[in-house]
Parts: sequence; C-alpha cells; structure tokens
Amino acid sequence: MAFHKDHELHERRSGRNFGLLAVLIGLVGIVFGLTVVKVTNGEFAEAFDHVSRPAITMEDTQ
Amino acid sequence: MSDASYTTQVESPEASFGDYFALLKPRVMSLVVFTAMVGVLVAPTALHPFESFAAVLFIAVGAGASGALNMWYDADIDRVMKRTAKRPVPAGKVTAREALAIGLFLSVLSVVMLGLTANWLAAGLLAFTIFFYAVVYTMWLKRSTPQNIVIGGAAGAFPPMIGWVVATGSISIEAALMFGLIFMWTPPHFWALALFMKSDYHQAKVPMLTVTHGRKETRRHIWWYTVALAPVAIWTALSSVGGPMTLVVFTVLNVIFLKGAWDIWRRDEATSEADEYAVEKKVFKFSILYLFANFGVLLAEAALKLVGLGGW
Repeated sequence: MAFHKDHELHERRSGRNFGLLAVLIGLVGIVFGLTVVKVTNGEFAEAFDHVSRPAITMEDTQ
Repeated sequence: MSDASYTTQVESPEASFGDYFALLKPRVMSLVVFTAMVGVLVAPTALHPFESFAAVLFIAVGAGASGALNMWYDADIDRVMKRTAKRPVPAGKVTAREALAIGLFLSVLSVVMLGLTANWLAAGLLAFTIFFYAVVYTMWLKRSTPQNIVIGGAAGAFPPMIGWVVATGSISIEAALMFGLIFMWTPPHFWALALFMKSDYHQAKVPMLTVTHGRKETRRHIWWYTVALAPVAIWTALSSVGGPMTLVVFTVLNVIFLKGAWDIWRRDEATSEADEYAVEKKVFKFSILYLFANFGVLLAEAALKLVGLGGW
C-alpha cells in the first residue's frame, strides 16, 4: 500500500499541532511528577475503596 | 465536511502556535513568574522544588488566562491603539471566540491544578485574581474610570502573595507588603507610559488620567504615588523578608524613582515634546527595572539567610 501525501491543511497546521503535543506531554509530565513528589512526601490520602480497612474507620481512630 | 471544503473557507492567515501563546501576554507572565517565585522562595516554610515549580507555573498560566480574556473583551480598543494593534485578535490571526475559549479553559485548569498542587487558599486567590483582572478591571473599570490603573493594579499585585500562600498556607503581613509594593508601583508605571503614548488612549476613548484630568494632573499623580510607594518599600525591607542589604538597595531604588517622578512633575508639555518625552520614557524603563530589582534583592536576601547571613 502506497503512503499518501499529507493534506495541505495538516502541513499548514503541523507547527501548532506539534506545539500542542509538547504542551500536553508537559502537562502529563507535571502531573506525574507531582504525584511522585506527593506520594514520596507522605501526602497520599487514603480513601474509601469498597474494602473494609480498620485504619480509616471512625470507631478505630477514636 | 471534507478537508478540501474547509480550506476554501480559510481567508485569514493561519494562526501559529506563537499566536495562541501571545494571547497569554508572555511579557506580563514573565513578571508574574518572577514575583510569584520570589513569594514562594522568601516564605519561611520550604516547599519541594518540583511543587514550587509547578505552583509558579500554574500561577503564570492563570495570569495568561486572564490575559486571553482581556484580549477577547478588549479587541475593539486594541484595534485602535498602535501599541496593541498587532495582538493576535485585532490582527485577525485568532478569533475573539477562540481567545474566550482558551481564557476560560486555562482559568479553570490553572485554579484546579494550583489547588491540587499547593492548597485551596492559594487557588482561591488565583481565581479571584483572574476574576479581578478579567471582570473588575477589563470589563468594568478600564472603560469607566480614570482610577482604572489604580484599582486594576491589584490584579498584578497578587502573584507574590499567592506564591507566599502556596508555601505557607496563610496570608501574613509580608505577603500583604509584597502585594502593596506592586499595587503602589503600578500607577506611576502606567501613567509614565500614558504620557508618551498619548494619542493611543485618546483614540480608543479609554478614560486614562491623561484623557480625563489632563497631562499636568497626571504628572502630579505620578509624583504623589511614587511618594506613597516609598514607605511601603521601606516597610517591606524592615519586615522579616528584608534585611540590611534589602534596606540599602530599596532606599537607593526609591530615591532614583522619586527623582524621576519629581523630574516628570516639574516638566511641562513643551519641554517634553521637544525631547520626545525622554524623561518619561527613561522613568518608565526604570520603573520596570525597579520592580525586578526589588524582588531580586528579596530573593538574594533569602539566599543569604540560607548561609547564615542576611535578614534582621
């Protein structure tokens, strides 16, 4: 199967499409980095996840 | 609709990534980044460097979002003024609706992300800043009162306070003083600009002080606001974020600024026009240096404290 040539619109907009890609990759990187930092610093908050855990039940913490 | 049919509808030149970035007012953002960063770093509590970086980035994105909202709303007057006619919306590169969409999206993103990164007081202050700049200043004050710059200046003054709240979780006197420093600095800075950009605001019918109260009155206002700025700066230097070095540098910077403001006040229009507003332009340029130098010294003082020097 032969490769087809990119449409002129895609060529014209390639600059801003790649720019947006870079921004989105950067955002993902920042969210990932923040997650790592917060978990490493012990800021991770436990929450209810349908499993009984004595550590987060009221009667055990009081 | 096929791609081919779409391309036939494109009449204006294609907007580049840089045009969308220009919506965020990068030069204003650089000041926001710098002052917010100083607010984070001079605070007594240390934050993880990556959290600090992300928080300052989201404050800058919030500032950029308010810039995009400003460009959406002000496209009509930006088109008239020489200084702003090349902005993406009046230049026809980006539509006003796109500017609005980008502004709203980035506003929500920056506030939510700052809340998750730092705390919700900082996020709330950022949301208030965006509201203040986009609604209170842009939609209301700018076109209705010559005090637009004075009250609207608060929007630009919030970043170091938000930076401080990011690090400490609360507002303190130091945060208020850094806010006050930019708040008091903004009017003489913009009025100096208005003096030599005189036809712009007239044509756009923006009620700048030069338009409503005349140029002589504007010169007087520049002097008195610069006088009022000095004690705020000295108080900041005497607070816990200052120190002996800060006090010396702040004093020198304020003396130079006062001298410039005095020179502007004592000049008349004929003299200014003869030398093409040389003094007004010089004071305007110095005012930018003044703010960067003030916050730069606060940062240097904080760095000295780390090695056991600096501070009171």
